[in-house]
Amino acid sequence: MKNFLFEVKEGLIISLKAIRANKARSVLTTLGIIIGVASVVLMSTAIKGINQSFQKGVASLGSDNLYIDKWAWFNNDIPWWEMRNRKDITMEDYKKYKELAKLPLAIAPRVNAFRTIKYEDKSVQSIAMTGTDHNYINTTNLTFSEGRFFTEFESKGGRAVVVLGSEIAKKLFPFGGAIGEFVKIGGYKFKVVGVLKEQGSWVMGSWNPDNQAYFPFQNVFKYFRSRHRGSVTIEVRAPNSQMVEAVKEEAISIMRRIRGLKYNEKDDFAINQQEGLLSNINKTVGVIQIAGLLITGLALFVGAIGIMNIMFVSVKERTKEIGIRKAIGAKRRTILGQFISEAAIICLIGGLIGLGVAIIGSMIIAQFDFPVTVDADAVILAVSISLITGVLSGFAPAYTASKLDPVDALRYE
Amino acid sequence: MNIINIEHIAKIYQVGTEEVHALADVSIRIDKNEYVAIMGPSGSGKSTLMNILGCLDTPTKGLYDFKGQNVSQMNDNELASIRNREIGFVFQTFNLLARSDALHNVELPLIYAGVPTAERRERAQAALENVGLADRMRHKPNELSGGQRQRVAVARALVTNPAIILADEPTGNLDTKTGEDIMALFQEINSSGNTIILVTHEEYIAEHAERIIRLRDGLIEKDEVVKERLVPNGNKHF
Ligand SMILES: Nc1ncnc2c1ncn2[C@@H]1O[C@H](COP(=O)(O)OP(=O)(O)OP(=O)(O)O)[C@@H](O)[C@H]1O
Ligand SMILES: [Mg+2]
Repeated sequence: MKNFLFEVKEGLIISLKAIRANKARSVLTTLGIIIGVASVVLMSTAIKGINQSFQKGVASLGSDNLYIDKWAWFNNDIPWWEMRNRKDITMEDYKKYKELAKLPLAIAPRVNAFRTIKYEDKSVQSIAMTGTDHNYINTTNLTFSEGRFFTEFESKGGRAVVVLGSEIAKKLFPFGGAIGEFVKIGGYKFKVVGVLKEQGSWVMGSWNPDNQAYFPFQNVFKYFRSRHRGSVTIEVRAPNSQMVEAVKEEAISIMRRIRGLKYNEKDDFAINQQEGLLSNINKTVGVIQIAGLLITGLALFVGAIGIMNIMFVSVKERTKEIGIRKAIGAKRRTILGQFISEAAIICLIGGLIGLGVAIIGSMIIAQFDFPVTVDADAVILAVSISLITGVLSGFAPAYTASKLDPVDALRYE
Repeated sequence: MNIINIEHIAKIYQVGTEEVHALADVSIRIDKNEYVAIMGPSGSGKSTLMNILGCLDTPTKGLYDFKGQNVSQMNDNELASIRNREIGFVFQTFNLLARSDALHNVELPLIYAGVPTAERRERAQAALENVGLADRMRHKPNELSGGQRQRVAVARALVTNPAIILADEPTGNLDTKTGEDIMALFQEINSSGNTIILVTHEEYIAEHAERIIRLRDGLIEKDEVVKERLVPNGNKHF
């Protein structure tokens, strides 16, 4: 083992010297490894970031939830025009469903409007305003940094109160103190009663609770749009994950009754679940993966060829040295190991540079609201990929070196 | 006791359609602690013989018995191991690792033998002191004179305490004075019990040995005992 380490050290010193002597060639050969490792690390980091964000989203919105909606979120079997032609789900439908449903833990309506929120000279645009009732908070796991959700009393009265997501609060009230203040939404005054803690699910975009504001649904109809236009989403929470299917069955049969469907008619509503969101995210992840693997594969392939080439040259240049080593007792596998470790070390250096590039890259990406961090796994990934590439690309030259005839090698000038 | 016993060794190279008999039919026995010089005109097969004796090469025909082991039947790894433990090479062109210092060059055979670091260091230092290079351990080959380089090579050959030292024209690249110094070193090594086989073109170098084997066209022309051995630095012995 010690000998091996010594040989590796020796190999490292020799290969570092060779690298220094041929800077341009070395940079070009490790460039492939650098790009390959950087892209694989960035890719895995991005995917991990997306997944984590999604998990957070599921955690804050609740994993045992169903969303009864006119639109199926991610169903490609039903053509969009068919969904468009469906009757809207109305507040009356919601009330009937609420009366009839026995299994859910909590039920709340949701109607949305996109509006600008202003406070003094600050404003945030195109905020998904969620109009709902006081039960909404029980369908989620949202947590508060300040204040509270609106009460049953405020909800029933359709009061002009609002709960702000953390990002909105941060922008409008950078120094805190939002509670009790009045913000203007679409020109109307609302009193802030609560500010949410950061939920951190950026992957959900404008549906990220951090970027939403919540107020009693009556406000939507009062200020922003007619009660008779637009569909209501009914948010339903099952008591536990085992009950989700039963709640879904029940919801389908109740909704069919409410909507007056005959037995041979298709459902004219959708029961959406977060799994749908997951499969959609998996598609995105899949695209990133394919693109990343393609770049990585290509770059590593080019890099490996380059390393193989430089190693063949190195073996040729050092034929005499190989002869000397063999003459004084180096076995074939010793020579094999020496050259393979050299290739591996060159690749490792490239890989570490690639890792550095990826870390810088992730910092840059993080500036664009895509908080990704390179973690220990990524380091392990980078190191192992570059080592494997090194071993694979070093094998053929090392094998050639190990097979050299000592007499011929010694005679080489 | 025979340390080396070769019988009817031949080494035949195929060059195009022609067969080159570098060694035609050579049989030699060498005893432990013998000091043998091999002479002969250029192309007579001296180096070829040394390579076979040193287990760097295998004969096309014949039998090579080294310390009771049949070397002709060994594979690459076994040969490498014999070279490492039993044979010390000294070459005309020194053949040191150019990028490594003297100490590391001398340590290298011990590294391949798997000797632990501390012991290795100690033995390499002792070997270098032995050849008078205590103050040159950290010098790289290009920072040493020819004679000093050859002494590093001798230290490297001795450090594993091998059964035989094989030297192919060790003084070929050195001036007379420096060559003498190396011969003195060999004398010392031989007196402390080592077996030495030396190839040379110079009669006076060969006369430092106890026995001279003369080759011609891959055959032994003469195998004689040196009557008046030379002692390095001019003094006649016996
Ligand atoms: N690899 C080889 N292929 C073909 N012929 C070879 C090879 N190696 C040696 N020979 C031939 O074998 C013969 C003996 O060569 P060798 O090197 O043993 O001579 P030598 O006695 O050491 O000569 P010198 O004194 O010049 O070093 C020469 O004729 C040489 O051309
Ligand atoms: Mg020769």
